[in-house]
Amino acid sequence: MRSFILCLALLCLVACGSRPEASGQAICVAGSTSVQPFAEKLAEVYMELHPEIRIDVQGGGSSAGIYAAREGAAHLGASSRELVPAEKELVEIPIAWDGIAVIVHRDNPLRGLSLRQIRELYQGRLRNWRELGWVDRAVHLITREEGSGTRNAFEELVMGRAEITPTALVQDSNGAVREIVAHDRHALGYISVGLVDARVKALEVDGVLPTRENIRSQRYKLVRRFLLVSKLPPTGPCKEFVDFILSARGQSLLEAEGLVGYEE
Amino acid sequence: MSPKGIERLLLALALSSVGSLALITFFIFWEGLPLILTTGPGDFLFSTHWAPTKDRFGIGAMIVSSVVVTLGALVLGVPLGLACAIVLAEFAPLRLKQLLKPTLELLAGIPSVVYGFLGVLWLVPLIREHLGGPGLSLLAAALILGIMILPTIISISIDSLGAVPDLYRDGSLALGATRWQTVTRVVLPAARSGIITAIILGMGRAVGETMAVIMVAGNALSLPASLLDPVRTLTSNIALELGYASGRHREALFATGVVLFVIIMILNLTAAAVTRRR
Repeated sequence: MRSFILCLALLCLVACGSRPEASGQAICVAGSTSVQPFAEKLAEVYMELHPEIRIDVQGGGSSAGIYAAREGAAHLGASSRELVPAEKELVEIPIAWDGIAVIVHRDNPLRGLSLRQIRELYQGRLRNWRELGWVDRAVHLITREEGSGTRNAFEELVMGRAEITPTALVQDSNGAVREIVAHDRHALGYISVGLVDARVKALEVDGVLPTRENIRSQRYKLVRRFLLVSKLPPTGPCKEFVDFILSARGQSLLEAEGLVGYEE
Repeated sequence: MSPKGIERLLLALALSSVGSLALITFFIFWEGLPLILTTGPGDFLFSTHWAPTKDRFGIGAMIVSSVVVTLGALVLGVPLGLACAIVLAEFAPLRLKQLLKPTLELLAGIPSVVYGFLGVLWLVPLIREHLGGPGLSLLAAALILGIMILPTIISISIDSLGAVPDLYRDGSLALGATRWQTVTRVVLPAARSGIITAIILGMGRAVGETMAVIMVAGNALSLPASLLDPVRTLTSNIALELGYASGRHREALFATGVVLFVIIMILNLTAAAVTRRR
């Protein structure tokens, strides 16, 4: 297995890393698994428009992507977390906002929670809806599986150092979380804002609803940026691809997939 | 190609299947064992603190959950399956038997994701409405698995009941025993090892089942305190987290696989030993 991944990394290196920029008809994007599906979508559309360009999109995680960009193994690294000071020499290109909505059943009269309350809920300190001014029933807490990008962001933005209680239900996709919350009156979960629909209710966090405007202005607290990073300012085909992502077309593609565009 | 050549080719093909089994075994242990050793087997097996991205690898709660869910499935599946097998093998008229046996075999062919889907759509809300809790629970998983292991238990039990010579039945009836006495006192004891094998293989099926369990068990990490609590089994743990896991986290999932592998091996070897004793 390890050698298999090594092979993949080598393939990527052969495919894009070691090739000089001048002949660069292939662009390698590697990194965050949260960004990956969106990057794949963008690459797919871009390759249709420019058949002469090949774009390889790979996962591996934000840190791996940033590392690959710094080492030149990938032209663009994808990250769903902010760069730490040691990584600041890289060029960062924000491409979209992603909000995390805290959702409950439609019949739940609760309108909002404070960030602190959400943390206490997920720490297992608040366990009953009565403590939040509703019925005397246990809160059915739902979280994502360890390693999920949404969970990572949630832990970073809400939990800080605290751990999510082991009594929380674990589901392996945004869709599954939404499905449970839609049917269980006493459930509470979190999903990517783009996937909230009429069957569930997104709560205000610290009094702010996760609308597009609030996410873009960052008045809504549970927001992360999706970044592309590169070692040097992108040139050639790579720059064209980045320009495409930031163009109205690229941004509307991202919005159609549920993100909030970075450019107006 | 000469018959000799064909024979060799067949032998090579047969060996390749065994070889892939050996390779799988080797890789699971190669990837998983180092982590068990560095974490310490005691910590790994008995700690209930699983936070792989924070370097805490304890699968105690999952082992307990796997065991309890499997026992629950047996509580439902064994009586039902055994009853079904006895009726089909001993009492049912031929026409009914010809109708029911293929139907039961069909049950085995239903993909597990369908069982899981039915569980989520139908069983989970039922539990949530009438018994409380989130619905996704140990109970839901045990019920679904109990149904899923029926075909295994029934078909092997029927075969072993069928293998009891009619001589035994005739002798018993000739001595004045009723049909029911014949079944309980003569046929069932004679078929015992086959039935035990059926139960053990059903158990293996329940321990190894993944998809349906992920869908209905809720996958929470804590030790269950009641039947209505959500649980995570060993198989669910691997399938849930493999997608993003890297480094030590991935090794820990392989290590979970090692434990699962050992459990299934023990079950299968026991089944084989019981069968051989017959």
